[in-house]
Amino acid sequence: MKNEYMRKLILADTRADGRALDEFREVKVQKGAIKTAEGSAIVTLGNTKVVAGIKMDAATPYPDTPNEGNLVVDAEFVPFANPEFEPGPPTEESVELARVVDRGIRECHAIDTEKLVIVPKELVWSVHIDIHTINDDGNLQDAAALAAMAALQDCKIPKYDVEKKQVVKVETFVVSTGKPLPLKETPVEVTVFKIGGKLFVDAADEEEDALDARITIATTEDGNLCAMQKGGNGILTSEELLRAAELAVVKGKELRAALG
Amino acid sequence: MAKAGAPEKLIIHGKRLDGRKLDEFRPMKAEVGVIPRSEGSATFSFGETKALAGVQGPRPMHPKGLQEPTRTKLRCYYFMAPFATSERGRPGRSRRSTEISMVVAEALSNVIFLEDYPKTALDIFMEILQANASTRCAALNAASMALADAGIPMRDIVSSVSVGKADGEIVLDVAGAEDNFGDVDLAVATVGGGDAFVLLQMDGIITMEEFKKMLEIAKHGCATVYAQQKAALMKRYTAEVSE
Amino acid sequence: MEKKSELLVKEKQLVAPGDVVARGLEYLPGSGCYRKTGDIKSKLLGLVRLKDRVVGVTPLAGVYIPKPGDGIIASVTDLQSTFWILDINSPYDAILQLGEATAEYVDTAKTDLSSFFDVGDVVYIKVLNVSHSKHTTLTMNDYRAKKLIAGRLMKVTPSKVPRIIGKEGSMIELIKKYTGCHIVVGQNGMVWLKGSNEALAAKAVLKIEGEAHISGLTDRVTAMLKAEGTPEPETAQPEEEGGA
Repeated sequence: MKNEYMRKLILADTRADGRALDEFREVKVQKGAIKTAEGSAIVTLGNTKVVAGIKMDAATPYPDTPNEGNLVVDAEFVPFANPEFEPGPPTEESVELARVVDRGIRECHAIDTEKLVIVPKELVWSVHIDIHTINDDGNLQDAAALAAMAALQDCKIPKYDVEKKQVVKVETFVVSTGKPLPLKETPVEVTVFKIGGKLFVDAADEEEDALDARITIATTEDGNLCAMQKGGNGILTSEELLRAAELAVVKGKELRAALG
Repeated sequence: MAKAGAPEKLIIHGKRLDGRKLDEFRPMKAEVGVIPRSEGSATFSFGETKALAGVQGPRPMHPKGLQEPTRTKLRCYYFMAPFATSERGRPGRSRRSTEISMVVAEALSNVIFLEDYPKTALDIFMEILQANASTRCAALNAASMALADAGIPMRDIVSSVSVGKADGEIVLDVAGAEDNFGDVDLAVATVGGGDAFVLLQMDGIITMEEFKKMLEIAKHGCATVYAQQKAALMKRYTAEVSE
Repeated sequence: MEKKSELLVKEKQLVAPGDVVARGLEYLPGSGCYRKTGDIKSKLLGLVRLKDRVVGVTPLAGVYIPKPGDGIIASVTDLQSTFWILDINSPYDAILQLGEATAEYVDTAKTDLSSFFDVGDVVYIKVLNVSHSKHTTLTMNDYRAKKLIAGRLMKVTPSKVPRIIGKEGSMIELIKKYTGCHIVVGQNGMVWLKGSNEALAAKAVLKIEGEAHISGLTDRVTAMLKAEGTPEPETAQPEEEGGA
């Protein structure tokens, strides 16, 4: 019943909260909220709220990138965010969300990983981004990607003791060098949703239940596309795909501005 | 940023490292009805990338609480065999295989008449026996044929290809060095070789113009795969009987 | 502009999912086909079946989905105080209520249902009703319904059953003639054999299943049976058997 109602609204170019189809809810980015993390950010899109925290540690580089730092992205759909989330191992949805955030950052080389080497070919910085959902009112993907990017911008590299082979700590707190992560690009993800012939952005939870299809598109500062993932069921034509890409570039600029 | 071991050029005089033209497929092979104990099965290869798919079901769904009252529950399981890659891979599920299982199921759910089998489970198992890029595409192509072989009612067959960018040129059916050292990997799937996209994943950086071109090339590529799949399905039942 | 109606396939033509079998509104989609705008398309990998204006496709594979009226071979898997649960070789189980198993009055307080049918019993039985959600009930109230004792059970693809039975039972008769076997074929793909040369009968059934789509089947089966079987003398009285 609710789905039909949401569909009707969108097909009539309206939404339950009065927004336009190409309008995001209020975007708030709060950097540095988590003191124990090397970088962190809380992002809200309307009532959707996620937190991203970054922990950095030294690690051996991956065999095919011996002189580059590592990036790992994980996501947790914490059950308090949505009664449908169950405790337990990662679901397909949370795996997809993490991997799509990861690709948005990795593919455009947002982090200058060559500058994260501690001891060449032996020891590099590993940047581990953990994204936790706090409240799910739709469009977790875009909120998560934005929080990850904001956390990267907030992140400061820890002090490392090469002899003792450990991050320098005072009591339990990591000592910072105060230096920010070397960032080369600011990717932003915009998920474009489809109902009937209409494309719209920033779906609220109820709107997500009524979808025909969706596609997440990551864009760079100069308007290029650096990662795409068609998620969920449904069909998109090539015309719709191109329209969605253009929408993602335009709205991506707005989200990027919110990063500050 | 050049990766360790990258060849200097991926395209020389308009030909790719394996001798193909930019818009040329590797030799494709498709065979239907290869696993007697599956309801339906098929293999699909792009060159050395070989996928095998088998369908079990529709069958009773347990636990009952997870049954869907009006349709079958489609479950896809994608695996990469440990011997499929040059270095032994870890057996079992990975985050990558979970994600691929998911997007394949989503693609196929668009064409299967799920309501024909309420309360049951329909399980599709796909294994990559040999990997040389485009693995999810091969798996999906095999799964589509396996479903038809199993007598599962579908609107049409789903066909999948990969398109990449190497040395700035758009290439069809990414393989080998193009996968490891190329700039872009776009995997798509369409229904019946037409304009309905049911799978799309892209990694790499492309301009809007390039995206437009890649979509066109991918669409036509899927139509070519579709013809291969249809031919294999027809061949399944038109073999001459040996007296 | 009205699309001209056109039939694009012949009877028994092999088609795949998505193939357009007919155009225009004069033709109707039968089972195995669906309509998409002006076209009728196949849902299945199978053979075209034409009847007047209805175009259908019979699958060459697939599980058994029960239909009311089907005569099937089922086995009892569980029994409760007033009904039995049977395996009908389908993703769906079926129920046989006491009232559909016997016309006698049964005092369930005093009688154990296993005295009628026990777990493991095999029966030829009729599908009474199938609900929208595939809740299936059975009945023994049919002249052909009976317990099948001893013999051998085999499974075949349900969609091949019509070929195994043959026109008006002709294929079954042919196999019986050369193997001395009673044969009962269920619409659900279960086949029961009992007699002198069960192995040859089974071989014949499998041959039909494997080659059902290739023309000239009857001749090939006849040739095989003649070569490997012994024709029954015409005077032999066949015992009462069920299933047609």
